[in-house]
Amino acid sequence: MGFYFAQFLTGLANASSLFLIASGLSIIFGVTRIVNFAHGSLYMLGAYFAYTLITTLDAGGFGFWTGVILAALIVAVIGAVIEILVLRRIYRAPELFQLVATFGVLLIIQDVTLAIWGAEDLLGPRAPGLSRAVRIFGEPIPEYDIALIIIGPVVLGLIWLLFSRTRWGVLVRAATQDREMVGALGVNQRWLFTSAFMVGAFLAGLGGALQVPRESVSLLMDLSIIGEAFVVVVIGGMGSVTGAFVAAVIISVLNAFGVLVFPQISLVLPFLVMAVVLIVRPYGLFGTAASAHGPPTVPEAPMKPMSIAGIAVVAAAVALVALLPRLDDGFILVLMIDVLIAMLFAASLHFLMGVGGMVSFGHAAYFGLGAYAAALAVKALGLPMLAAMAFGPLVAALGAMIFGWFCVRLSGVYLAMLTLAAAQILWGVTFQWQSVTGGDDGILGVWPARWASSKPAFFYLALVLSVAGLVLIRHLAHSPFGYVLRGGRDSPIRTEAIGIDLRAHQWLGFILAGAFAGLAGVLFAFSKGSVFPDALSIGQSIDGLIMVLLGGVQALIGPIFGASAFVLLEDYISRLDYWRAILGGVILVIVLAAPNGIAGGLSGLWQLVRGGRKTGERA
Amino acid sequence: MLEVAALNTFYGQAHILTDIALTVGGNEVVALLGRNGAGKSTTIKSIMGLVRPRSGSIVYDGEEILGAPAFRVCRLGIGYVPEERRIFTELTVEENLEVGRRPARENAPEWTVERLFHLFPNLAERRRQAGGRLSGGEQQMLTIARTLMGNPRLVLLDEPSEGIAPLIVEQMARVIAEMKREGLAVLISEQNLHFSRLVSDRAVIIEKGAVRFAGTFADLDADPEIAKTTLAI
Repeated sequence: MGFYFAQFLTGLANASSLFLIASGLSIIFGVTRIVNFAHGSLYMLGAYFAYTLITTLDAGGFGFWTGVILAALIVAVIGAVIEILVLRRIYRAPELFQLVATFGVLLIIQDVTLAIWGAEDLLGPRAPGLSRAVRIFGEPIPEYDIALIIIGPVVLGLIWLLFSRTRWGVLVRAATQDREMVGALGVNQRWLFTSAFMVGAFLAGLGGALQVPRESVSLLMDLSIIGEAFVVVVIGGMGSVTGAFVAAVIISVLNAFGVLVFPQISLVLPFLVMAVVLIVRPYGLFGTAASAHGPPTVPEAPMKPMSIAGIAVVAAAVALVALLPRLDDGFILVLMIDVLIAMLFAASLHFLMGVGGMVSFGHAAYFGLGAYAAALAVKALGLPMLAAMAFGPLVAALGAMIFGWFCVRLSGVYLAMLTLAAAQILWGVTFQWQSVTGGDDGILGVWPARWASSKPAFFYLALVLSVAGLVLIRHLAHSPFGYVLRGGRDSPIRTEAIGIDLRAHQWLGFILAGAFAGLAGVLFAFSKGSVFPDALSIGQSIDGLIMVLLGGVQALIGPIFGASAFVLLEDYISRLDYWRAILGGVILVIVLAAPNGIAGGLSGLWQLVRGGRKTGERA
Repeated sequence: MLEVAALNTFYGQAHILTDIALTVGGNEVVALLGRNGAGKSTTIKSIMGLVRPRSGSIVYDGEEILGAPAFRVCRLGIGYVPEERRIFTELTVEENLEVGRRPARENAPEWTVERLFHLFPNLAERRRQAGGRLSGGEQQMLTIARTLMGNPRLVLLDEPSEGIAPLIVEQMARVIAEMKREGLAVLISEQNLHFSRLVSDRAVIIEKGAVRFAGTFADLDADPEIAKTTLAI
């Protein structure tokens, strides 16, 4: 009995810091509609600043709590800077831009933190006066945990007061529903957004600062918390602070007991709970459908089939690439194989997002499924390479079929979050299921068949499969099936009103996108000779999003440019110190300066050259 | 008070408003008439700064406001009552009014919550209820009251009689008369000729985004062809 109660209290204490970061995320989303990937970074910064302040200020209780509050205030100011410099410029951009931009901020903060505090984990002091344990039902409970259990509801109460008893709170709640109307009533949304972002950043910083006595401060804090924070926000309902509290308690308490029954569950459990909640309540426990009065969006320009000249140029480019092994059969060839795989992966994601209008934050799931399926087919089933290559996309398609069935029932951010959850569940499974997947050690020795083992031979194989995949994706986008998907993307209600079962089409689109990503994964596994859980990680999903963004969402050729640019860029800058900050900077420059991506930029140039009129409004 | 000239607004490539010109004098009620899709709402949104016109001029009180963001236009003294009401459904009636509250303005009537509750007794009874739980007519009253909380000098009313019960339409007419009595200027977009005749001093008719008629109702009656061809009667 005592043991279980202690476990329950530990869960509640964990819930407090999770609630703090998630409530901030939720407030920011509610007002700005931005999914802030950098929120974990603000949490991490809170911990680092608190560490420095607490250890510099005198060690008494006064110094500790002052340090915690000061750290949160500093993070609030940093949040304001981020909002003014970056987010303010992209409120009208599609979700993809916002997500990738905040990911760029995350990368920069990671390197800045590394430069200031170094790579070593920092062990903070315990909270003065709360460093011992009390016995409850005979079990030792750290006093600090009890303090945290009290702090959570207190902060919830303060936020509630702020939102219901102040004019600022009323305005924020109104803006959460209809920003444009709030503006038409004379409220300067800019400062409302900045201040809401500051409150959110303050809460994240506070959450991080309060963790100092509990865990060592490290550079991994940002990504390790952000996944769970997303889950909590989605379960609670995006924009609902009460929901964030309830969800944080549910997740943390379930986790505290879950690990007793099944120790490996902690990586998967939050995402499982989220998937279940989203299926039962598509807007989370306390959420409501977002207002239709968002910012005015520019209708997407129709995709045009390629002209004869265009086809000739592409064919010539493919022929030129095919000559590559004559020039070099070493490093450049390996890099080109990477580019081809990335192109196929990015094109499959683009098909899902650009054509299907379904934004996925977890497309790596199907890339990884393909890679693992092929690797296991070779190692465990003893299949020959070509059979394994066919097996991979099939398994990926099967996975996409299962997860897609749930995903197409949602839309927008909730859809994106469920795809993320699916990818995280699979990642957790590959990571934990050591007897089959090898866990962290991965699967090694996945080499191509003898005839394809030389670099040029594998290069041709990759070239044939990728080009075939790309041509097929193109073909699908311009088929009646593609028209239905694009119709559904632009106006789901009208599409259904003319008698189309949109959900079924979207499901099929999801499966196809998964299968092509699986094919890319298969090529990846054989080109590297190994597979690791990284293949399904958030990082891999984000890489795909960056490629699509780099290339531009509006053209089918976009992902091809984007993937090439990304692989070459990453290959170059990953050799530099602080490459994350450089990559983050590049991402921000592209999002802010060239929102149409490389392909959009090129077609803009082309139109300038031809003296043609610009099509559509360029924001 | 308001002078709109040569206003051109586009949605993407589509030319919605062509050289719209209209004026509203101080303490004048002007009806902006036209069929569905004629461009009434777009005209009002263009004035309010919710849609950005490509060219033209909108002079309010001697100041060019074309291109100004909506919150600035509002702060200059133009109130906007949207067609779809756009009540904050999860906020109480009082909180909805709070969102609209602006400081008092010289030469404009000053509205308080209590004054508005006097004008709209139904709202007073429901002051602590969520906006989303009000009936359609009550929501229509709330959206007007919310705009008046900003103490405007000119109110843009987008289709106030649309989709509400006849009894409420009568009440609406009284409210507009009250606004005029208080010294406000009002621009009402309407499809209902009878209602606009009841409440307004002058009419401007637009068709396919261009002005077809501007004048008094007597002028309009003198040539029945105009109303017949431009309005859905």
